[in-house]
Amino acid sequence: MNIWLIMIAGGLITFGMRFSLIYLFGRFEVPETMRRALHYVPPAVLSAIIFPELFFQNGSIALTLANTRLIAGLAAILVAWFSKSTLLTIIAGMVVLLLLQLL
Amino acid sequence: MSEARKNFLEGARAEVPLLIGVFPFGMIYGALAINAGLSTTAAQLMSSILFAGSSQFVTAQLTHDVTPAAVIILTIAVVNVRHMLYSASLAPHLKDLSIKWKILLSYLLTDEAYAPSIINYEKEGIHTYKHWFLFGAGFSLWFIWQISTAVGILLVGFLTNNDILKAIPLDFALPLTFIAMVVPVLKNRAMIASALSAGLVAVLAFSLPYKLGLILAALTGIIIGTLLEEKKSSGSTL
Repeated sequence: MNIWLIMIAGGLITFGMRFSLIYLFGRFEVPETMRRALHYVPPAVLSAIIFPELFFQNGSIALTLANTRLIAGLAAILVAWFSKSTLLTIIAGMVVLLLLQLL
Repeated sequence: MSEARKNFLEGARAEVPLLIGVFPFGMIYGALAINAGLSTTAAQLMSSILFAGSSQFVTAQLTHDVTPAAVIILTIAVVNVRHMLYSASLAPHLKDLSIKWKILLSYLLTDEAYAPSIINYEKEGIHTYKHWFLFGAGFSLWFIWQISTAVGILLVGFLTNNDILKAIPLDFALPLTFIAMVVPVLKNRAMIASALSAGLVAVLAFSLPYKLGLILAALTGIIIGTLLEEKKSSGSTL
């Protein structure tokens, strides 16, 4: 019984947060600074997800050549920069990671 | 093909690389929830009631540890606070929709649906059917999340004693897809500074609990980007 209470309350709160600003936005004038700030949500959030995935190995920061995900990630960043192709970026990152794991 | 359908399919297609990373994640969740002592029904339904990966892992784990309900609920809230940022970021693009659409799209608003959609919206600008893109991305993720949860529940015995899955780095498809999305956006100094500062703070603050490091990092990146842009624009008026 307890788990259902937790799931329903947690679900409602999660939905409420997802809905909050989508609902409120049409109802009042949004300041210009905030509008501008919102453009930085994608690069900021995505980088905040990407960086720890690359820099951490087994729970600690690993700035070494032995950190295969960091090397593969850097390769993917280069390919993304020049190709602007999602598919090529993913293939490049995966291939580099698999090759490094085999070495 | 109608415009709505075209946008829906484009959203679903943009979601495909992310689904590769999400599928094993959903399976692991399903298996872990069963191991934590949840019933099959509860484990499966959590994927549609909460529909938020990391908070589902946390909930399963904390339930297993017999944590008080209030603490678990509060933890779910903190882990999911970042969705308010996504809500704010997408809000201008969805402001003219009916309340039904807003409710549906809010329910489907996850990290993985947000990312391709906002990238598409910032690139393509305003058009009438663009909410179908988010719907396509969000729905395909929802569908795969339910299926992968079910597979994880069914294969629980197999998954918990299997090292082969751990050797295949499918989870790496997620950061790779995010890299493919974020790099083309880095067109000026403010964007690059925003991304780098957020990444740096995310690494330094990674050990904070409940994804607070992620929120701190995102806020840092947003503030740095906005400040640099304002400096530039106020500089040019002098």
